[in-house]
Order: sequence, then structure tokens, then C-alpha cells
Amino acid sequence: MMSENQQFTSPPVTPDMSPEPGPARLIATLGLAGFFAGLLLVSGFVLTKPIIEQNKAEALKAAVYQVLEGCVTFEQLIWDGKILSQGTPTGENAAPVYIGVGEGGRVLGFAITTEEPGFQDIIKAIYGYDPVLDQIIGMEILESKETPGLGDKIFKDANFKTNFDALAVSPEIISVKHGEKKNPNEIEAITGATISSKAVTRLLQKGMAAWREPIQLFFQGMKQQSLPAQDQKS
Amino acid sequence: MGVDQHTDWDVLIKGLWRENPVFVAVLGMCPTLAVTNTAINSLAMASATFFVLFFSSLFVSLLRKVIAKEVRITTYIVIIATFVSLVDMLLAALVPDIHKELGAFIALIVVNCLILGRQEAFAAKNKVGLALMDAIGMGLGFTIALLMIGIVREILGNGSLFDIPILGASFEPWIIMILPPGGFFTLGFLLLIFNTVAQRRARANAITS
Repeated sequence: MMSENQQFTSPPVTPDMSPEPGPARLIATLGLAGFFAGLLLVSGFVLTKPIIEQNKAEALKAAVYQVLEGCVTFEQLIWDGKILSQGTPTGENAAPVYIGVGEGGRVLGFAITTEEPGFQDIIKAIYGYDPVLDQIIGMEILESKETPGLGDKIFKDANFKTNFDALAVSPEIISVKHGEKKNPNEIEAITGATISSKAVTRLLQKGMAAWREPIQLFFQGMKQQSLPAQDQKS
Repeated sequence: MGVDQHTDWDVLIKGLWRENPVFVAVLGMCPTLAVTNTAINSLAMASATFFVLFFSSLFVSLLRKVIAKEVRITTYIVIIATFVSLVDMLLAALVPDIHKELGAFIALIVVNCLILGRQEAFAAKNKVGLALMDAIGMGLGFTIALLMIGIVREILGNGSLFDIPILGASFEPWIIMILPPGGFFTLGFLLLIFNTVAQRRARANAITS
């Protein structure tokens, strides 16, 4: 029985009498391996890229509808480095901010995509922000490579997700231990996944630090534009 | 001819039981413990590993006379990493939800010692047909092992199988089974069963002979 096993795992070793290959042969072997590996990878990348991009766009669309409850349509905003505005984003000036509109054209809030290093890799998330209530009203993870069973609770644990149903952004959002949440700006961390929880807290802090003021300015501007129109109607 | 057929068959089935990569060789423990919290994750990880093992064995065996032994490990790693990257792209394109579930563990297939081990121990020394038989046998053995662990963990930890509830609403899930300790408990328990059966078989064979 044992000898039969050895036949497959460790074939009898015969002395290697072949001459030692020169440096040119070794370089050629590795060069060819690299060339064909590159060829295969680039082909795979070119073939799968449009499908992956489409999947991401669909996931983003679904996530916007989830973080802005009641949203019927949304539009990506433009960022010129100073202010947010509406228009056709070209890639360079596309802001990671989406305005969500509900029934009757009412602005429900803004969805913001943001990212932060987690335990394993970059965590990409989208969250909804209500400029009237000045609070976060929902959060979804778009991409994550956090540990299955632990870190992935940031998008699987329903209790953790309730942190973002009405999370105040002022004073600054902070992370607290599970069961110690007392204030509306606190996120209860997941036991056993503190690094992932803190990464989510940081990405919200950074997102709000970058976009809270521009969104408020944009929203005030929208309200001022709509007021004269209403006055004219009345 | 008859002897050859027996040999091919033996190469194929040895990975299923006698030399099972998980229960006997105890290889590839990282994915075995990390992503077997549900049956579907286990199946997805095992399928990805199978794909990489099959194509790596194919190319290593085909090129075994071209690859100089001084650079063989580097070349095997390049071949394996290529197929891991391909499977990563394919999963992201075709089954994005499962790709999200498996997280970083797809990329970690590169360092699964089962794959590099089979290239060095078998594919590099045998013809393509035999190398593929070995890859299929070992890949299936790995799939069976991961599925067994995933099924036990999902049923006890979630009360479901392939996301279909089977234990009813009254069942209180054993949360620990889908957490990392559950992976160790299940693997330990299955290793115990596997080794007990193997020892009894060996004893029975010894008595018979």
C-alpha cells in the first residue's frame, strides 16, 4: 500500500546527467513564461473589464436606491474644485456625489461614495446624507475583501447597519464598543472586527469632511433657485 | 494496457480518499478554514482552486522538458499566479456576489501549497494525461473536503443549506459555527472521523492479508 502511494507522490529519483543550462536559457525560460502570462492576463482583463464595469455600475445603482429610501432617480454631480453643480460628468470632473430625487421631484438626499483601507484591503462604500437633518441615512458596502465571518459583518450584520439609519454627523462621527452607544453620532463597533468597524467610521468621517460643506452650499443654492420660481407661481 | 488503465484510475481516485489533500495531507488550510462558513462559498472556492490546479498542471506538464530545473519554482509560481488572476477576473465578471463573499481568499490561491505541491511532486514529472488525472482527483478531493465542512457549518451555524432554510424557524443557529472557531471544530471533527475510518480499514486489510 505504502509503496503504491510513493509511486505517485515521489517517483524514483534518477541522477540528472543533463548539462547545466546557461544563463541565456534560464533568462529565456523566465522571459517566455512572463510573456505568455502577460498575454493571457491582458486578454482576460480586456474580455472581462466591460462586464466587471457593468456589474459595478449596477451595484452602484442598486446601492443608491438603498441608501436613499424612496429614490426614483438620481444624477451624478460635477465638482470643479470649489463647488458642486449639475451637468454632464466627463470623468475628470465627476464628483463621487449623487443627488437622489423621489416622487414629485423632491430631493431626498445625497449619496456619496468613499473608500478607506480596512483589515485586508480597501473598503469602498456608499452612504446617504440628508442635508436638512444633517445626518447619514443609510450605508452600503460596494467593495470589500474583509475576512469572511468577521470583517464582512460590516455589510452582513443587520445590527451594525442600523448604526447608519440616522447617524448624526455633528459632532464628528466616532466609533464606540458594542453596547456603549449613547449619542446619535456614535457607531457601535462589531465585536471581533474592530479594525473593519473603525475603517467604516473613518471613511464616513473623511467623506463628511470632504463633502458636507459643498453639499450644504449646493443644497442652499437649489432652494434659493426654487423659491423665486414658487413666488412667481403664487 | 490493462496495467496502464489501472494506474490512470488510481492516480485519479487517490486524491478523493487515500491522499485527500485536506483530510490526509492537511494542505490548503487557509481557504479550508476561512471560507467554508457556507456551502456555496466552499463550492466557489473549491471550483476556483480546481480551475487553477487543472490548468497549472496542464501547462507545467506540457512544458516540463522546457523549464530548466534551476528556475522551475519561479516558473510554476508565474503559471499559477496567471490562472489565479484569470479566475479572479472571471468570478468578478460572472458571479460578483460570490467574488465579494470570497474577498481576499481568491488571490491567496496563489500560495495554496496544494497547487504548488502537485506541480513539483507530480505534474513536472509526468505526461499530460496523468498530470490532468492527478489534478482532477486532487481538485475533486479538495472540493469534497471543503463542501463537507461548508455543509456542516452552514446547517449548524445558519440552519440552511445553499441558502435554503432547512431546520425551521424554531432552530437557534449555532453562531460559533460560521465564525473561525467553527472552522477548526468542524475540521477537527471530520479529521477524527476520516482517520478513524482509515485506521479501521487498514486494520481490516492487515487481518485479511
